[in-house]
Amino acid sequence: MKALPYLIHKEVLQFKRNPFLPRLVIMFPLMLMLFLPWATTLEVKNINVTLIDNDHSSASRRLINQLKASSYFSLTNVAYSYEEAYKKVEASKADIIFSIPANFEKDMVNGKDVTLQINANSVNGTKGSLGSSYLSQIVNEFLTEMRSGNVTPKATGGFTIRYFYNPTLNYRHYMVPALMIIVILMLCGALPALNIVGEKEKGTIEQLNVTPISRTEFILAKLIPYWIMGLVLLTLCFFIAWLVYGLVPAGSYTSLYLGALLFIFVMSGLGLIISNYSSNMLQAMLLMFFIILICNLMSGIFTPISSMPHWAQMMTYIIFPHYFVEIMRGVYLQGNTIPELWTNYVALFLFAVVFNGWAIMSYKKQV
Amino acid sequence: MNQFLAFIKKEFFHIYRDKRAILILLVMPIAQILLFGFAISTDVKNIKTAILAPKHTEMMERLAEEIDQNPRFDFVGFLQIENEIDNYLRTNKADVTITFPANFENEVYSGLDNRVCISVNATDPNTASIESNYIAQELYNILSEKTMKGIEPQVSPINVHLMYNPQMKSSFNFVPGIMGLIMILICAMMTSVSIVREKESGTLEVLLVSPMKPFSIMIAKMVPYFGLACINLVSIMILAYYVLDVPLTGSLFWIIAISLLYIILALSLGLLISTLAETQIAAMLISAIVLMMPIILLSGMIFPSESMPPILEYISKIIPTRWYISAMRKLMIQGVSIQYALKEVYILLGMTAFIIAITIKKFKIRLE
Amino acid sequence: MADVICVNGLTKRFGDFVAVNNITFSVKEGEIFGFLGANGAGKTTAMRMLCGLSFPSEGTGTVAGFDIAKQSEKIKKHIGYMSQKFSLYEDLTVMENIQLYAGIYGVEKETMKRESTALLKKLDFENKKDTLVSSLPLGWKQKLAFSAAIFHHPKIVFLDEPTGGVDPATRRQFWEMIYETAANGITIFVTTHYMDEAEYCNRVSIMVDGKIEALNTPKNLKEQFHVDSMSKVFDQLARRAKRGE
Repeated sequence: MKALPYLIHKEVLQFKRNPFLPRLVIMFPLMLMLFLPWATTLEVKNINVTLIDNDHSSASRRLINQLKASSYFSLTNVAYSYEEAYKKVEASKADIIFSIPANFEKDMVNGKDVTLQINANSVNGTKGSLGSSYLSQIVNEFLTEMRSGNVTPKATGGFTIRYFYNPTLNYRHYMVPALMIIVILMLCGALPALNIVGEKEKGTIEQLNVTPISRTEFILAKLIPYWIMGLVLLTLCFFIAWLVYGLVPAGSYTSLYLGALLFIFVMSGLGLIISNYSSNMLQAMLLMFFIILICNLMSGIFTPISSMPHWAQMMTYIIFPHYFVEIMRGVYLQGNTIPELWTNYVALFLFAVVFNGWAIMSYKKQV
Repeated sequence: MNQFLAFIKKEFFHIYRDKRAILILLVMPIAQILLFGFAISTDVKNIKTAILAPKHTEMMERLAEEIDQNPRFDFVGFLQIENEIDNYLRTNKADVTITFPANFENEVYSGLDNRVCISVNATDPNTASIESNYIAQELYNILSEKTMKGIEPQVSPINVHLMYNPQMKSSFNFVPGIMGLIMILICAMMTSVSIVREKESGTLEVLLVSPMKPFSIMIAKMVPYFGLACINLVSIMILAYYVLDVPLTGSLFWIIAISLLYIILALSLGLLISTLAETQIAAMLISAIVLMMPIILLSGMIFPSESMPPILEYISKIIPTRWYISAMRKLMIQGVSIQYALKEVYILLGMTAFIIAITIKKFKIRLE
Repeated sequence: MADVICVNGLTKRFGDFVAVNNITFSVKEGEIFGFLGANGAGKTTAMRMLCGLSFPSEGTGTVAGFDIAKQSEKIKKHIGYMSQKFSLYEDLTVMENIQLYAGIYGVEKETMKRESTALLKKLDFENKKDTLVSSLPLGWKQKLAFSAAIFHHPKIVFLDEPTGGVDPATRRQFWEMIYETAANGITIFVTTHYMDEAEYCNRVSIMVDGKIEALNTPKNLKEQFHVDSMSKVFDQLARRAKRGE
């Protein structure tokens, strides 16, 4: 192990001299933490409604005014026929067509059934269904009020709703801890993998293989710098989360760092396995890219795991970042403790053992 | 022309010889489109619901049963004391809890009772607001039925028609996005790496001193990858249509034409990256990792760009994927005629021309 | 003098292809041993087995007294290695490279300081010690790489085509360094393409199609083949080769 400090020194020097990597390692987390969280909102607003008012009565105008008062909708267009309105949907100028039938007021006063028509563009299913359900609520309230003259129950049915752990419903608070995971996921996995394959491609690994340094020394020298880098970057992310988003973990930093450390071990182990099985950088990068994209999109960072079909939910058991996502969000927002999240820690630990063991087994100095 | 063909042949051999890479390149998009097409969804379902009622009455039992029968909800149990709410929500044993006041049983529910309290785990605000909405509606329906007996349930006066996606499939929304994401990343990565690799090994110098024009070299680099991307496009479209049931309602000609334009754009983006990057590592990291996040987050693939703050919405306009996704949603799902997607086509054309122009300029500078 | 390399019936197969076919030879301590052969004759494969990079398919051998199949890690402590393809990290400076290799072989800090200063002085590199290796001319790199390979005083140093691509004057300087090293008791095992270099060796083996076809001093070989230069010896042997380039 005497050679280890020299080897680590070499890695650090090479990293520093690289014209690109140090910049990437600083800029990537900054981009991810400072700008992108502002883009992450699934909130549905500014739903464009095209209105077909076939009644032109005082009742219909009152209904329209209630629509205008809602923050969800913007009444952008008025159309005189369904065909005209439909064209607006086709041209993406309207998301919803809302038609008020002729004789709306008269029928209502006479106690006849009235039917209002909502046509919602549901390419984006959430937007379509939420938009039409908000609109339905407004219409329902209006109708009840008209019929009974009573004050109407609220859209929420009059219940008190308490939002736990994120009372302001701030989507950024939900995304920021998860984006930190992406920083580690991408940098601590891809960089060591490319580094080792790079030495393979250049042939420099051969030179190290004829020296007496052991497999463990070689691998540790490759990984330790990235472990440290991961922890430093994570700390930077914690700092930005506090400074920019006012977000501090409800739980303890210890539980975050413990999870992070395990996750970093898992990622670097994975990077090593990939580098051992790839003969050039292109292969390594393609494999890494494949895995990273799956991890990004299926570990619950962007879309909830509970929304996935059953088989995909089963798959997430092997999509290891998912455990770290649980830890980060649990600790940051829900204030979970290590005992409460122990299954996630154990899972990460097992992945770390398996991946690193596999990596050391598959690295051969002699063929 | 012969020269040019010989050159393309060489590029083709480069790709063809690396069997493992080609396997990954062909299988990866298929695996990803299948996986993501099915799995990525924002539907809220299986909401784990618990009830805290001071008296465990027959009415509460029936309420729990009705909640459990609704496919949207899973009833997870009755709570005994207030403290349990936090415990259940915090450890994700429940997503939502409903608390009833002590003397609830005796009253007729008028819809004005704010003592019934719904507590939601709002960690994920989007899911939380949808959940609270669903549970409030469900509760309102059940309670008004139960307590206001004799009043017949009204026929809903509203007729809702969900256009283009009556079954509310998430894949309709996400597949165009996934297509856009996978294609641009793979194409940019392939071309940029193939050129930078020659830069690193010094063979690019050899090519540059040959009588071939730099422009022809660039085109020749693109041709084989264009072929590969076309295979990917076909396999993705077939899977989207036959396996994911994504309709191809609009003109197939235009869907393919725009996709090809987008592929060319992505390949030239790769060329541009290759003029900027000196090493393979840099080329790969830029094209795979640095590009990946803005594309996922800003293209409108998951997060609607109209809900973003204005600055980011402007930034999102320079992301080609945003326009491709928008065009694909219009043509594939809505099935509108091409005139409604012309804006996207022009923007993609403009972007392609712009990228190619910069690339040629950069490439020439290298020569001097 | 004792044998530092002793090989018996060494064979390496890759599938049906026999890269090295049953070679037997030994190298004495302090000897400059030339290992010649056309491209693809199996030189590099044989050398890789001796350095512990590759397992032999058949046969036995010892290097510095250790078994090449079972004790390759021990061998590595006692050898130095320099190849044409790569020897130094281009993105490290001269001094950093020396420190790295000294560190890998566990040279003590004090010794390292003393000897590296002396080495830089000897090579006339003192003002280049903080220069990146990538900006050095090839000839300098080779001298430096050789010095780094013997910095830890190995018993044997393996040189794989060490002087490729440089002018004759630089090559001569390089060989002076080799002689000096051999005089200090370090055995030199060198592969080369240059037949004038073969003349400098104490003994030379020539590999053709995976077999050693000739092994003797340059003088004896020339007599045996009735020619006046090693180049002609090599031509005669190489003509028998069946493997293409």
